[in-house]
Amino acid sequence: MTAFIIRRLMQSVGVALAMSLIVFIGMHIVGDPIYILVDPQSDQAEIDATIRRLGLDRPLWEQYLLFLKGAVTGNLGNSFVHGTSALPLILERMPATLELAFASLILAIVIGIPLGLYAGLYPETFASRTIMATSILGFSLPTFWVGIMMIMVFAVMLGWLPSTGRGPTATYLGMTSSLFTAEGWRYVLLPALNLALLKVSLVIRLTKSGTSEAIHQDYIKFARAKGLSRSRIVGVHLLKNILIPVVTVLGLEFGNQIAFAVVTETIFAWPGMGRLLISSIQSLDRPVIVAYLIITVLMFIVINLVVDILYSLLDPRVRLGEKSA
Amino acid sequence: MTMHVGRWVGAAVLAAGLALSAAVSADAKELRVALSAEPSAMDPHFHNLTPNNALNRHVFDRLIHFDANQKPVPGLAESWRTVDEKTWELKLRKGVVWHDGSPFTADDVLFTMERAPNVENSPGSFNIYIKGKTFSKVDDHTVRVATAAPYPLMPNDLTTIAIISKKHGTNAKTEDYNSGKAAIGTGPYKLVEFVKGDRYVLERNEAYWGPKPVWTKVTIRPIKAGPARVAALLAGDVDLIEEVPTTDIAKLKTDSRVALAQGLSNRVIYFHMDHWRDETPFITAKDGSKIKNPLKDVRVRRALSMAINRDAIVDRLMEGAAVKASQFLADEFFGTSKTLKPMPHDAAGAKKLLAEAGFPNGFKMTLHGPNGRYTNDARIAEAVAQMFTRVGVETSVETMPGAVFFRRASTGANGEPEFSFILVGWGSGTGEVSSPLKSLVATYDKSKGTGAANRGRFSNPELDKLIAEGLATIDDAKRQAVFAKASEVAIQEVAIIPSHYQFNTWGTRKGLKYEPRTDENTLAMSVSE
Repeated sequence: MTAFIIRRLMQSVGVALAMSLIVFIGMHIVGDPIYILVDPQSDQAEIDATIRRLGLDRPLWEQYLLFLKGAVTGNLGNSFVHGTSALPLILERMPATLELAFASLILAIVIGIPLGLYAGLYPETFASRTIMATSILGFSLPTFWVGIMMIMVFAVMLGWLPSTGRGPTATYLGMTSSLFTAEGWRYVLLPALNLALLKVSLVIRLTKSGTSEAIHQDYIKFARAKGLSRSRIVGVHLLKNILIPVVTVLGLEFGNQIAFAVVTETIFAWPGMGRLLISSIQSLDRPVIVAYLIITVLMFIVINLVVDILYSLLDPRVRLGEKSA
Repeated sequence: MTMHVGRWVGAAVLAAGLALSAAVSADAKELRVALSAEPSAMDPHFHNLTPNNALNRHVFDRLIHFDANQKPVPGLAESWRTVDEKTWELKLRKGVVWHDGSPFTADDVLFTMERAPNVENSPGSFNIYIKGKTFSKVDDHTVRVATAAPYPLMPNDLTTIAIISKKHGTNAKTEDYNSGKAAIGTGPYKLVEFVKGDRYVLERNEAYWGPKPVWTKVTIRPIKAGPARVAALLAGDVDLIEEVPTTDIAKLKTDSRVALAQGLSNRVIYFHMDHWRDETPFITAKDGSKIKNPLKDVRVRRALSMAINRDAIVDRLMEGAAVKASQFLADEFFGTSKTLKPMPHDAAGAKKLLAEAGFPNGFKMTLHGPNGRYTNDARIAEAVAQMFTRVGVETSVETMPGAVFFRRASTGANGEPEFSFILVGWGSGTGEVSSPLKSLVATYDKSKGTGAANRGRFSNPELDKLIAEGLATIDDAKRQAVFAKASEVAIQEVAIIPSHYQFNTWGTRKGLKYEPRTDENTLAMSVSE
């Protein structure tokens, strides 16, 4: 397993390198942000001075080599817009995004799996049909619109929940999060639900189809013949067998949410990484974009690793580190 | 017994604490503000950018302040005058203290002027407002500024530079201001907390030299999405929002929970065009064949200006949040012409002028513009393209993100402006007309520092002379006349086609009043009950 993990990490360095090169070249073609950064009243001499200060007067290969040189020592460059090192800029916003993604993951599991199980076990009931029909909405409604609607209904009209922002934080076991305060949950609920919408639908559908397939398998019949209680059959034997696709999808979606919760974070003014990414793209802040994507690549590799390890726990037939034929 | 005493003391402390907090809360008034953009630093010299300047204006004073209409008024300088043509003298306010109680003196001013142009990693420094000026101390409360040539814009320039404390600013980096360590100003508010991208918390400076602000505590948060900003106001989560989306103005006007404050801005939206290339890349004959650049003919430029229906833009696209433009800056500002009127809409006249200029069948053109940089910019570009097409100039529109657009529009084609006809905006940071004149229509000249934003490379020797003359005239009345004349020359020549002046709209909860500012700043000091 150690060899397996090391091999994965080696791959990730390669991917991160390739990606940084692509971003560098791509951003070079798009241009640089000088003209939206400097005061419009500036004369040409001041504009040129700013270009030099940001190192944009050097040829692209030189800029890239400088970046690599810094990257080796863990410095991914200074943000053009913020003037500070890009990596801490992203990392200091990470907790907010992590807690949002985590809250929405929990919502997806808590809502999605029971509803999916129910719909799979009793497919013909009215409730099941309603669940399945509603889950289609989760796929098809745009996040932006749903977010605004949720704000209008729950914050403006009913006044139950705050409209935007992140609640007060508390520190527990060395972690600082707004999930540790009751007030914090009031703030996170709407954006987490907004973010979870697609996932809930996915989980419902995956659980449902898995359940209706597995329910007719021999091992379920055998368990029933053995006289096991219904809750044990469903809760242990059935659930364990249908969870593999659910875990895969949730893992990938979790990564997606951490990296690209852009829309939800923008609407709910959530002070996370996604909003930093979108404003960095708008202002062509290359160092931040490169650093962001490198973090994203690493994160996805870690998540995939965790998902693989979870497989082996859920399904004893899966062995890590074996070369596939 | 000891325990008893302990309990007694505890209760007494508790009671005193309660009484104290009650006394504070009776007077405590919090204002919650939502901004449309994120300030990137608390360091007032890091980046010359409106959101940054507006935020740090709460904490740091300037020598000279702008009032709501960008008229220079006394700040840390009580008065200013010219000693001779090339020297200004400023009398500093006495008895002003920094937030830590230390006194403010001329040394702080000199230190500020040294630091401001030299901030590490600055993506846009204040150098342009400081270079060419030599600051010297006469005594603790008198400062002199010398320039090589007469310089009338001294008061306007000095409104931009936040004065920082020498004691706290020596060797301080941008991070030290963001962390609050060096963010010690003389301003009406003290910085409590600067959490980048999340919230900025301020508390009232009880020792402020100027009028005491109403609010004891101010919490500012960025909410970038317009609809979310409006929702936060309607939900009562914030008391003041800036940049109310124009589509919501009509609805909010009738809403009993909110009040709107609307005011003219220093920003003109205008069209700039290729004045210098003989063949321009984005204009062809209708069949696609190459033609000589029609925009070099003043009749064509005037025809295009006549083709624009400014009433429609103001009423329908801007929902009334704008006023028709006739020149570089609205008539209320210093240096504008009082005789110029917005070009009336006249499609037939435009067609006639085009025919006279040798284009009876018009031509084909691409209008380029930014998307999301100015209010409704892309929609306005689309509408104007249709107006042009109606008089025979078949116009297509291409919009792009601001960062891409301004790069290409300035130095896209081998270091020269790339486009033929563009929609742009100009906000006059100095609050008077020399700013657009010098940057937009003075001949592009790197060594003189003129025409840096002249993306049409317009050049007219008479105009250049007038602008140079105005910039060297200390006497206000004379300078006003020269700049008015310069504006008239530029508009007669259709150096640019002005479309409209933007209004800015703020929304507050009912019962609050916001005094609109032409410089688009959102300030807690401008909110009253």
